[in-house]
Amino acid sequence: MNSLGISKRPQDTRVVVAMSGGVDSSVTAAVLREEGYDVVGITLQLYDHGMAVQKPGACCAGQDIYDARQVADRIGIPHYVLDYEGRFSQDVIDDFADSYLRGETPIPCVRCNQRVKFRDLLNTARDLGADALATGHYVRRVQRSDGGGELHRAIDPGRDQSYFLFATTQEQLDFLRFPLGGLTKPETRALAERHGLEVAAKPDSQDICFVPNGSYAEVVAKLRPGAVEPGEIVHVDGRVLGRHRGVVHYTVGQRKGLGIGGIKGEEEPLFVVRLEPAQRRVVVGPRRDLARAVVSVREVNWLGPALGPDEGLEVEVKLRSAQPPAPATWRLGGDGTARVELHEPQHGVAPGQACVVYQGDRVLGGGWIAGTAG
Amino acid sequence: MGVSRVYLDHNASAPLKPEVKAAMVQAMDLVGNPSSVHGFGRTVRRAVEEARAHVAALAGVKPAQVLFTGSGTEANNLALRGFPGRRIITSAIEHDSVLAAAPDALRVPADRNGVTDLDALGRLLAEGEGPALVSLMLANNETGVIQPVAEAAALAHAHGALFHCDAVQAAGRLPLSLAELGADLITLSAHKIGGPAGVGALVIAEGLEPEALIRGGGQEKRRRAGTENVVGLVGFGAAARLALEELPGAARLAELRDDLETRALAAVPGARAMGAASPRVGNTSCLVLPSVPGETQVMALDLAGVAVSAGSACSSGKVKPSHVLAAMAEDTDTASSAIRVSLGWDSDADAVERFVAAWTAMARRLVRQPAA
Repeated sequence: MNSLGISKRPQDTRVVVAMSGGVDSSVTAAVLREEGYDVVGITLQLYDHGMAVQKPGACCAGQDIYDARQVADRIGIPHYVLDYEGRFSQDVIDDFADSYLRGETPIPCVRCNQRVKFRDLLNTARDLGADALATGHYVRRVQRSDGGGELHRAIDPGRDQSYFLFATTQEQLDFLRFPLGGLTKPETRALAERHGLEVAAKPDSQDICFVPNGSYAEVVAKLRPGAVEPGEIVHVDGRVLGRHRGVVHYTVGQRKGLGIGGIKGEEEPLFVVRLEPAQRRVVVGPRRDLARAVVSVREVNWLGPALGPDEGLEVEVKLRSAQPPAPATWRLGGDGTARVELHEPQHGVAPGQACVVYQGDRVLGGGWIAGTAG
Repeated sequence: MGVSRVYLDHNASAPLKPEVKAAMVQAMDLVGNPSSVHGFGRTVRRAVEEARAHVAALAGVKPAQVLFTGSGTEANNLALRGFPGRRIITSAIEHDSVLAAAPDALRVPADRNGVTDLDALGRLLAEGEGPALVSLMLANNETGVIQPVAEAAALAHAHGALFHCDAVQAAGRLPLSLAELGADLITLSAHKIGGPAGVGALVIAEGLEPEALIRGGGQEKRRRAGTENVVGLVGFGAAARLALEELPGAARLAELRDDLETRALAAVPGARAMGAASPRVGNTSCLVLPSVPGETQVMALDLAGVAVSAGSACSSGKVKPSHVLAAMAEDTDTASSAIRVSLGWDSDADAVERFVAAWTAMARRLVRQPAA
């Protein structure tokens, strides 16, 4: 058994590494190469870089693709660039825009992992005769004695990306490897330096790759011209407090940037409580109106034990990537849905975000937040 | 990857022939600028003119009709942009350097066999007003299909149009003669015939004067400024001389290619060759493995040590779907599941053997793979 849990010698084990041009995936490739694996680097061209930075005539490929190619050359592995612009636009960017217009707060990175990297790229890796697909995600795959893989949080809690990987199916997990899950970021950077990779000091990518300046609303407005319309900001008690430039500018739980100031005589700060896109309304209220005890989720991916109808499982759930897990009872429903009963009400639960289910360090799966109830 | 690699991508760039390399190494010792008055200059000038004579012989013209450029792409640009005021008509299957040099050109479609539709060309010529310039390649870079250039040239001339032929992929593979083709302009490139990259030529009918794209000194009779790339030109000359001498041997490549194609198609049910029903240059085969993306095939074969190509790669290495196959294909799957195998002077039976083995193994693996 080699270090990837495959019963072959490393040199006979072909591993495709998804190389983004960043330090993490570069180190992943370098480490596997050093261990003697037959490493093949693949970089996905996901969107037109020239379009994203709004410089007509800029190369379709950004700096990241060149960086990935440099690294591959440096460590001596074959490297290919695949044009996934069409499917990325269809499977990730369109979904992102539509989700925002439904009044949700989407996470395109999960969609990208689910539909692009772990589906299409994974199939290409199989086509190339690979035994595994490795990525630079900070998450651990723990091999059970029966050979199947479990998804666990990364060792470094500050880096853990398990929230973004909840949609990974068991079949995908069996083919995937995450060599960085046991490392801290400084350890990764040190490895990058030891391998002489120029990307060692490259800053971490921020925000969403196809949204250059973090202005999601602008991107949505460009993708769906005319769909971003102004409307009213309404208090939960019915008072109209002001106007907004479009619901896509808001997310549930948001406090800053509402542009309505406080209300005279009321000390309580106001938060976005819900979005009503059909009425073009942003509804605000005091913090207590954000509290939710029940969350319904859809498109569930389940890696945990088999559960009977309405059987409850005691778990912890994460409802936002930056939020600590909260104890809850998880019940699987029909049609890929589930019901989450929070032991303590949670604030700022936004439709479109992921509800990820944990037991300790192990990820049991999760789903997309569809709705909430007090 | 300890295995030796097989290079079957001559249409992208042919390996430098040893004799060419030797001539270039010798030329590196030449001192001076061909435009200089002194003896050093005259010696270098002689080397450039010898090269010009060899290239002229390859195209069946006088040396004075050869204008050296920095690439086939530059020669195509000069041909299409050097005669302003003419409306331009090209085939839909031209190289990017033709299509991009004349973005507003009218495009003549190709049929399913990869042959440009002359009736359509005739209609476009008859319909338009004012003088035209027609550009049609001699051999297609992706399929190898030979285009009806002489007929197209006659048609163009009957309508008072100029006629340009991009012969980059035909040189050294077909006999070439400006007069016999009836062309006014022919583009050539050194690195497709075993010469160095970075050198090309526009062959020009007597009495025709393109407007210079690059201005500066008086080189190439003021039609292309810039000190001559002497070493490259000497390489081009040597490669042109060899290409002409070795032309009778082109049949050997056609036999190898036919053998490769027959065996590859026999080994993989459902596979086929694009353009095989048409006359083709002998070195090129465009193979379709239905529903397997060409880029996946190129990667899989590369990992098996066999170099071929699909579509055309941009500087990032990203592969675009082929506009040539799109123009002749009945469906998009066919256009995106083709690879180009192109042989050349260093190809042998062993290379064919290696390709067929790698292609067969790849096809078996990919066909067994359940569709996801």
